[in-house]
Amino acid sequence: MSIHHISKSYGPVQALNDVSFEVSKGELFGLIGPDGAGKTTLIRILTTLLLPDSGEARVIGLDPVKEFRALRKHVGYMPGRFSLYQDLTVEENLNFFATIFGTSVRENYHLIKDIYSQIEPFKDRKAGNLSGGMKQKLALSCAMIHEPEVLILDEPTTGVDAVSRKEFWEMLHRLKDRGITILVSTPYMDEASLCDRVALIQNGHILNVGAPADLVKSYSRHLWAVKASHTLRLIEDLRKHPAAYSAFPFGDSVHLALKGELAEGELLDYLSKKEHREIEIKAVEANIEDVFMELMAKKQAV
Amino acid sequence: MNLAITTESLTKKFGAFTAVDAISLEVAQGEIFGFLGANGAGKTTAMRMLTGLSRPTSGRASVAGFDVSRQPEQIKRNIGYMSQKFSLYEDLTVKENIRFYGGIYGLSLKNIGIKTEQLLEELDLREVSKTPVKSLPLGWKQKLAFSISQVHDPAIVFLDEPTGGVDPITRRHFWELIYRAADKGRTVFVTTHYMDEAEYCDRISIMVDGKIAAMGSPSALKKEHQAPSINELFVRLARVTTAGLG
Repeated sequence: MSIHHISKSYGPVQALNDVSFEVSKGELFGLIGPDGAGKTTLIRILTTLLLPDSGEARVIGLDPVKEFRALRKHVGYMPGRFSLYQDLTVEENLNFFATIFGTSVRENYHLIKDIYSQIEPFKDRKAGNLSGGMKQKLALSCAMIHEPEVLILDEPTTGVDAVSRKEFWEMLHRLKDRGITILVSTPYMDEASLCDRVALIQNGHILNVGAPADLVKSYSRHLWAVKASHTLRLIEDLRKHPAAYSAFPFGDSVHLALKGELAEGELLDYLSKKEHREIEIKAVEANIEDVFMELMAKKQAV
Repeated sequence: MNLAITTESLTKKFGAFTAVDAISLEVAQGEIFGFLGANGAGKTTAMRMLTGLSRPTSGRASVAGFDVSRQPEQIKRNIGYMSQKFSLYEDLTVKENIRFYGGIYGLSLKNIGIKTEQLLEELDLREVSKTPVKSLPLGWKQKLAFSISQVHDPAIVFLDEPTGGVDPITRRHFWELIYRAADKGRTVFVTTHYMDEAEYCDRISIMVDGKIAAMGSPSALKKEHQAPSINELFVRLARVTTAGLG
């Protein structure tokens, strides 16, 4: 997949601003950013459903604008909103998609067996009556039934609980192992670590592209993870320190990013003087959210 | 300890299916309580009972001093509610939204006026007071929605996945608003799919198949179950059942 200088506006709103990156064959690639970043717009362009204003793209060597018919045969697409037929049964939906793409469930059953077998006991149930996790599995089966070379998934794990998310990513990894190229978008930053490479996207701009580990290594600030008995007061006091660049809650501690350097002892003194109790300070590596936040702030400052 | 919410064997059945199975919990005034569970574990049903929208099949619950079975209307008047899906009217301006919700919650015109001034000042939204909400940045909308959910100064505010899909900075600013509200004594009852946010809560409960499988402070729960993170604990507890009805 290659994306070159793609821009797209809806009236005055610029959804994509000069977006470029490439996805290698067989890669599991994550498009990571919050709501409104432009993820769905880009995916709709790549899946031949929307025309870009400028720029061009290739998916398995085909142009989604000029060669959309050919491309559709080779791309599996799972849209963000559940878009199967709610009043058809599980089996009817699958048969429908197989027929549309000129194949049959029997012919390609081996491709979806792993996923579909989990919902097969409910094959006579209407799709509208499935749980969230089961709907996902059916949608993925329908997207896979025509043996696509490329799978494009728009926020498959949004609003899904941590357990189902984990299982869904395990399914994606098994598909990747079979050589399928996967582009998946998500607003959950922690899912970046499950991808081979990611593009971080915000307000239509690509903030950075790379392997998650490399992006994390590119983070240049010193980071302390700080805990104390009163979190709100801790955040406020950390921000007041002259060496503080930012202080934000991260799980069970507060990440203090520094402008320059600050020794652990000095920080401990500072917090003790401000009457914090149960203080714990520990050096931490940045995670992908630290990186995203830093890049967001840089972009806004420009 | 003043209790904002108590439930005793609170149960809801739909036909043969028990969505909420005898849950008992207590939430103190001023506490930030995280209500976690897999999709289909019964969170929404429990939340609907606690907010007076659905009657329990059996068991009892008291919210802000009112009984959920007998006094649902008083409960609705004495709690705040915000979800990502339902919060502000996008076509109304900032000021109109405040006035609308003030009216819904029965504030007098005079109090609506006072509250409007106070919110515009506190939230630093005076310059956009006549702007339709749809053209505000997401972060501003969120803080406005959060404040409006408490325009009537309720003792408790229910937040149903308030931060879904939000960028990491806005998400954290939002949690600071939660900390501030709790600091002033307001009880915050919140659901989320972000497991790092579970760690921001004073206490959490994890629902599995209609029952509360674990409850306590995040640090105590991690210690008790020897789990490195709440995410890990959640996956461990909830994984046993995945075929549940959504």
